[in-house]
Amino acid sequence: MGIAALGLYSQAIILFAALALFTSFIMLAQARMMPLIFTFAWQGLLLAVVSVLTAIASKHPELYVSAALTFTLKVVLIPWLLYRLSIKLNMQYDAEAIEHPTLLLLGGVALVIFSYFVAQSIIHLSGLATRNTIAVSIAIELLGMLLMCVRKSAVAQVIGFMSMESGIFFAAVVSTYGMPLIVELGVAFDILVAAILFGVFFFHLKDSFGSLNVGQFNRLSEANQPMPLRDAAGEPSPGDPS
Amino acid sequence: MDRELTAWALALAQALLFIAAAPLLAGWLQRVKCHMQNRDAPAVWQPYRNLAKLLRKQMLLAENASWLFRAVPYIVFGAVLLAAAVVPLFAVHLPSAAIADMIVLVAFFALARFFTALAGLDIGTAFGGMGASREMMVAALAEPAMLMAVFTLSMTASTTNLSVATAYMLQAGLVLRPSFLFALLALAMVAVAETSRVPVDNPATHLELTMLHEAMILEYGGRHLALIEWASQIKLMIYSVLIIDFFFPWGIATDFSAMALAVGVIAVTAKLMLLAVVLVVWETVLAKMRLFRVPQFLGFALMLSLLAMLTHVVLETG
Amino acid sequence: MSATFGTPLLFAYAAVLCTLLSGAVSLLAVRSRPGFLHFGSFFFLFFSGAASIAAGGWTLLAKLTVTDHFALGLPWLDWHLRIDPLSGFFLVLLGTLAVAISLYGPSYTREFARGPAAQPLPPLGVFTALFVLGMQLMLLADDALVFMIFWEMMSLCGYFLVVYQHQHAANRQAAFLYLLLAHVGALVILLSFGVLAAFGGGLTFDQMRAAKLTPLWATLSFACAFLGFGTKAGMVPLHVWLPDAHPVAPSHISAMMSGAMIKMGIYGIVRVSFDLIGDVRWEWGMVVLIIGTASSLLGVLYALMQHDLKRLLAYHSVENIGIILMGLGMSMIFLGSGHKMLGTLGLVAALYHTINHALFKGLLFLGAGAVLYRTHERDLDHMGGLIHRMPVTAFLFLLGSVAISALPPFNGFVSEWLTFQTALQAPALENGLLRTMMPIAAALLALTGALAAACFVKAFGIAFLGKPRTRRVARAREVPVGMLGGMGLLATLCLLLGVFPTTVIEAMGPITQLLVHEALPSATAQGWLWLTPVSPQVASYSAPFVVAAMVVVFGLGYLFLKRGTAPARRVYAWDCGFGQLTQRMQYTSTAFSQPIRRVFGGVWKIEERVDTLASAGLIPRVTNLNYSLHTYDWSWLKCYVPIGRMVLAAANKIGFIQTGNIHTYLKFSFVTLLVFLWIVS
Repeated sequence: MGIAALGLYSQAIILFAALALFTSFIMLAQARMMPLIFTFAWQGLLLAVVSVLTAIASKHPELYVSAALTFTLKVVLIPWLLYRLSIKLNMQYDAEAIEHPTLLLLGGVALVIFSYFVAQSIIHLSGLATRNTIAVSIAIELLGMLLMCVRKSAVAQVIGFMSMESGIFFAAVVSTYGMPLIVELGVAFDILVAAILFGVFFFHLKDSFGSLNVGQFNRLSEANQPMPLRDAAGEPSPGDPS
Repeated sequence: MDRELTAWALALAQALLFIAAAPLLAGWLQRVKCHMQNRDAPAVWQPYRNLAKLLRKQMLLAENASWLFRAVPYIVFGAVLLAAAVVPLFAVHLPSAAIADMIVLVAFFALARFFTALAGLDIGTAFGGMGASREMMVAALAEPAMLMAVFTLSMTASTTNLSVATAYMLQAGLVLRPSFLFALLALAMVAVAETSRVPVDNPATHLELTMLHEAMILEYGGRHLALIEWASQIKLMIYSVLIIDFFFPWGIATDFSAMALAVGVIAVTAKLMLLAVVLVVWETVLAKMRLFRVPQFLGFALMLSLLAMLTHVVLETG
Repeated sequence: MSATFGTPLLFAYAAVLCTLLSGAVSLLAVRSRPGFLHFGSFFFLFFSGAASIAAGGWTLLAKLTVTDHFALGLPWLDWHLRIDPLSGFFLVLLGTLAVAISLYGPSYTREFARGPAAQPLPPLGVFTALFVLGMQLMLLADDALVFMIFWEMMSLCGYFLVVYQHQHAANRQAAFLYLLLAHVGALVILLSFGVLAAFGGGLTFDQMRAAKLTPLWATLSFACAFLGFGTKAGMVPLHVWLPDAHPVAPSHISAMMSGAMIKMGIYGIVRVSFDLIGDVRWEWGMVVLIIGTASSLLGVLYALMQHDLKRLLAYHSVENIGIILMGLGMSMIFLGSGHKMLGTLGLVAALYHTINHALFKGLLFLGAGAVLYRTHERDLDHMGGLIHRMPVTAFLFLLGSVAISALPPFNGFVSEWLTFQTALQAPALENGLLRTMMPIAAALLALTGALAAACFVKAFGIAFLGKPRTRRVARAREVPVGMLGGMGLLATLCLLLGVFPTTVIEAMGPITQLLVHEALPSATAQGWLWLTPVSPQVASYSAPFVVAAMVVVFGLGYLFLKRGTAPARRVYAWDCGFGQLTQRMQYTSTAFSQPIRRVFGGVWKIEERVDTLASAGLIPRVTNLNYSLHTYDWSWLKCYVPIGRMVLAAANKIGFIQTGNIHTYLKFSFVTLLVFLWIVS
């Protein structure tokens, strides 16, 4: 079904879905911490808007609840938590060096094509007008995972994780008009707890490593510790950006 | 037959109007920019005066200039003229659009650029080579981004004919297409790069740090320079009209009645004036980028156009 | 035999005969009588080319397919020959180049007759003739045996031509690499024919066409053919021999190799997959499209880093073969998914680009040869300012550069435009993956085109424009008329094929009719002025209009702007007032491509070194600065070097049987004989 044949609400849903995908790409390429957090908040906002639009278009009032939940969690609470944390840990001006940014973006594009390919086989199971956005939701999820795979900073990891969750939530909204409310509440609670746990974690990481670079985590392993004495002295290893 | 003749006559009139109005757009742009930056503004007619002055001047040629150097201004002007002839300015369904489609249009610009770059190398100065080298680098990134954006539009309208595509956008009415949003952004970024505006290039300076386009045409003077300047003004206008045709076509004449044509002319004038204001704001708030930031800028445009294409295929069809 | 009278085959035989005569005459061209080569050999080659064109043109225009056979070769297998529109098309291509080099050659080969670069002349003439003969008869072949015999003849003679100036070690090395890959390719082609012959029950192409292959075997046969012919065509990553071999051959041979020989690979791919196997599958198309895209992009990126003019042109051959393969791949995708009309469009685009590339690449290699002939320079960084010394050569080279950069109104643009149009029909496909991939491939083609333009701004601008960088170049003169004639012929054809595409497409109708039983009537439906590949509503292009508009602009400029003004005054170059420029301050080719080198960093392996010598003292003063830059081909480092290492290691492992003792060898043979006899019994 071509887009011109759809109603205005469905068109708007598709538009915002595309914008959410766009924010995923922005996050992939964004090296600085603060803009990364803000972009994540923007993505949350777009998802909340999509939920509201879907609620109006499909007359599923319970979707308003998930929209409100998304808004409080992903636009206000989690970004605020991360923001506070970054300021407290004095890393609001941090920027990590992204290796091969072009290659990364091309990989992102390849992932979008791949998710389209994957979604083709399930797309006709859904009869909804917005079913084409399933591919986008899968893509957001995969891009979140890609973000986690390639970035070093722990904040980016958290953002990637949350973004993955956003993708799943988005898939639920557009393919079946949302999960059962209880599931959604549970997931939301999980996410919140995860965010707080990550926060606590960060403090300890910063304490024991002096950085939030997850590339350094292999130093935790006792099996192949190269120079335990030097590390214990708290000397930052070369190549550590922070 | 009679109708066909009218159509061709209108097409010719449109092309001539296009060429004649291009300096006016540049003058308007300059004026708005001066106002925005609290400077005394020249009259909007100033570009015409400059062109007339240059056309009258005696030619100076560098010692080493070959025949190619003297032929380039005409080739550049001819290519841009052809490009202007096929873009619908105030009316669609004109037969001239069949001469060249969107891809050929991009190729006309490439032709003009190719010869300008060669002219830059012809004298054998360091600046000329520098300009040619940089311009070709920028073009190598801008051209695929532009074509990709254009492909998105042409796949939506299932045509690459400019007139037919514009007519399609017009009758489709308002459809919220994400692909168009991305394509518009990409096209705008490419247009900025290709017409040598801030932040990619600054046409007002002659410093080796900032010159791109200007470095290639440093050695030109007299009527050669007039033709090249005029061509670049037409080029700016073509990009603006393209953006208007694809994304805001409302008002353009679909039949050849005097009323419709008048509305078409007024609509396009108003839209061009508005677009110029947007461009001025953009140029005023942004600073010129370092040369090696330009690839990132254009890479972003390329990514946007890729995304436009993908969202078109993924979300808007099937 | 009598059946051949009154058919195009007669001309084809005449062409073969002339080629043989050309070879025979050049045997007489000993040192004291070089005229036999300059005038005898090339004289016959000219008629051979003309007869080829006549044979091919007749076949195309009359839509004929004529077969013939001779009782030669194996007792149970006659030689089958056949001329049909496809082979006719390639005969025209080959003939055109043969005519061009026979005009160009007499003057160019003078260099080998005397002076410091003197070489024995007979081999050059004989192997050129046999090289052309191989291609001619290969195109006429109608069974696998004849095909392979003449394929090998072409490859082998190519080797002798590459190694013609064998005094340089680099030439010998390049030729060896060429020979090696040519034979690997030939082996794989043989496998493909083997599969087809096994299913068809015989070696003639008719039997192969009738073969009913299972999809798996068909795919296997296609894969072998694609690999084998692709090696000859120079697709990535099997292209490594090409940039080494083409530049070191004499320039008219380079033109022949780049213009005609690698096209024989394309001929093979088309012949085997569209004609012999028959029903193509879209999966094949996808592979061809991906490899084509990679070839075109990598080819042009590597070309940009070259400063040897002929090597640069050789890498552009890789790029253009990629573009041809993209057209073929899209054609296969459309045909495989049941869109016959669009498949035909892709095929036409590919074949159109094939002949275009032959023309402009031939022209450019001849132009590079002209520069080499007068200046003995291949390095761009030593040239400059040649437009003043060799104006006609410069003009013709410029036309070739515009054509290869895919700029209107020349021929390269038309075929790329057709390829774009094919790609834009992707929404017709059902498969979503293909629908996304094709426009992306088209965008990469756009990138390729823009980079090619950058590369030819560099090649033409550094070599011909500016000021001369060395004294030898400053003293160059225009080349003789014959050489200009050869180049002029190709340049004219470049323009004609660009301005009258509808005529060309109409003439190619019989080919697509033969291969996919479909012509492209829509392309020419609007008359010769308008090219409309799908329909006038979808896309149209009018090259005659473009040319007319250009002429009008020049005319008006001359009439209104030039008249009445004072004549131009020559002054010192302004250059922002810095003044005192020397030719050393110009951009070199390395400098020109530096921004692109920086943007596309990881594509090459780059070794850049700056060595400075500073004098001792309180404030060290730099007295000597040495900059060196090497770019390496990743496919060489990542594919071939490891294979070479593995082969060496394996050779070392089994080296122990090489004792050097004659008795041991005899024992080996004896044991082998016994084992074989045992197996056979």
